[in-house]
Amino acid sequence: MLEISGLGHAYGTHRVLEGIDLKVGEGELVTIVGPSGCGKSTLLRCIAGLVPPTEGKVVLKGAPIDGVPDDLAVVFQDYSRSLLPWLTVRDNVALPLRRRGLGKAERRAQAVKALASVGLEDAAGKYPWQLSGGMQQRVSIARALAYKPTLMLMDEPFGSVDAQTREDLEDLVLQVHRAEGMTILLVTHDIDESVYLGDRVVVLARNPGRVRDELPVTLPAGRDQIGTRADAEFVRLRAEVGRLVRGVVKDSEPPDATDAEDADAEAVATAVEEPAKK
Amino acid sequence: MTPRRILLGAAGAVVVVGVLEAVSRSGLVDETSLPPASTVLKEAGKLAVDREFLVDVGATVREWLLGLLLAVLAAVPLGVLLGSVPLLGTASRALVELCRPVPSVALIPLATLLFSSPAQTNMSLIFYACLWPILVNTLYALRDVDPVAKDTLRAFGSSTPAVLWRVSLPSAAPFIATGVRIAASVALVVLISTELLVGGDNGIGIYLTETQQGGGRTDLMLAGACWAGVLGLLANTALIALERVAFRWHAARVEGIA
Repeated sequence: MLEISGLGHAYGTHRVLEGIDLKVGEGELVTIVGPSGCGKSTLLRCIAGLVPPTEGKVVLKGAPIDGVPDDLAVVFQDYSRSLLPWLTVRDNVALPLRRRGLGKAERRAQAVKALASVGLEDAAGKYPWQLSGGMQQRVSIARALAYKPTLMLMDEPFGSVDAQTREDLEDLVLQVHRAEGMTILLVTHDIDESVYLGDRVVVLARNPGRVRDELPVTLPAGRDQIGTRADAEFVRLRAEVGRLVRGVVKDSEPPDATDAEDADAEAVATAVEEPAKK
Repeated sequence: MTPRRILLGAAGAVVVVGVLEAVSRSGLVDETSLPPASTVLKEAGKLAVDREFLVDVGATVREWLLGLLLAVLAAVPLGVLLGSVPLLGTASRALVELCRPVPSVALIPLATLLFSSPAQTNMSLIFYACLWPILVNTLYALRDVDPVAKDTLRAFGSSTPAVLWRVSLPSAAPFIATGVRIAASVALVVLISTELLVGGDNGIGIYLTETQQGGGRTDLMLAGACWAGVLGLLANTALIALERVAFRWHAARVEGIA
């Protein structure tokens, strides 16, 4: 349903992405993992239509993307900046539904339903800043779910929450993926997460960002935090992805890319990157 | 405000009044140039029920509010326009920075030429003085709207005007309100100054001038000045209270970060 061919992006003379080819099938959950500064976020922004790519094209359901596509929702890493603090949780979730041409009552009803599906029906009347970080990110996910997109993009969605919350939210994504059959493209810097969540893992290399390799995840669909992570196949895949990701950092390359676009989003990511590589 | 803070504030005021009273009574300064605080306060109390003075206060308040309202009506849309169209913003920047520091009182001669009635002169000068703090706050607030919040709405397919209306304006509103509050106190200073310099029929500034005619009554002048101060204090307190109620999310966020 999503086809990316020869996609490249440059900020001035600085090439961020080059020759990206990627296909995502209906109902698939694809994770994109790569080192800091490999242009993961830029890639996602190109797919979302927020940034026009400088070369190549993105085709969604047979239609080339020019501007923001209709049936798409994005969950950003920075939930506290992505949710509007002057609106209640329910109204935040209901806001994008204006575009669906629904009446106010109908919008609110759908928002409450989406909140219930992430276990937050009691928080509907609260403001985002009255909730914990993990709950705020649940609200962002509920907002995306209520919109009923055909494609959900998630940009390092769990980069700013603690480890326990992160595992809960990962399972929430798996659960909604199964329940709604939604196509999800999730960007992460965390190797374990990319294997745990993905039906397929796409590994990016950097300078410029390009696809290094793709790995199908041969784990059963029903996954759980303790059992799956102890599975021999999981351990093998994690090592494989780890080698691919780490293979990028050579001595000749600068320690960190100067990708201005990604620097902000990945400032937090780098802070939690080390334990992820254990 | 906690009772403790109110109590401390009141104690501070009482001490200052006491010192002023002592300085005047002890003969350190001439009693006619600095009347005792008690006399000034007594006169201020009498003014509160003096019909003529109340007419003056009414005229000042009316011009103050109208001038401020005109400035808000002009500066906010202008700031939104210049803040959301980068081309216009850049083109107007030098002009804004040039006009902003020109003191309103420096324009009194021009205003008296342009407008026949003192009320119009006053309001035009208030308008000019208030335009800049509101315009500049609106401009910067729009420029500082969180790009993640804007991108979120754009990603859900919102058009540029919808993003402006749903994200940029609400998020800029607390800063615009602060601009209005700053403008309100500037406006009172400008208004009373122009009343003193231009003259007219009614106004606190006119009253202050009248107290100095035929011998001069410093106690009455200071009593009038006290009321001007009270007006400024009331406006500031009311606007702060309004901001707290309307932008509870903003206060909660700022306090959360601090």
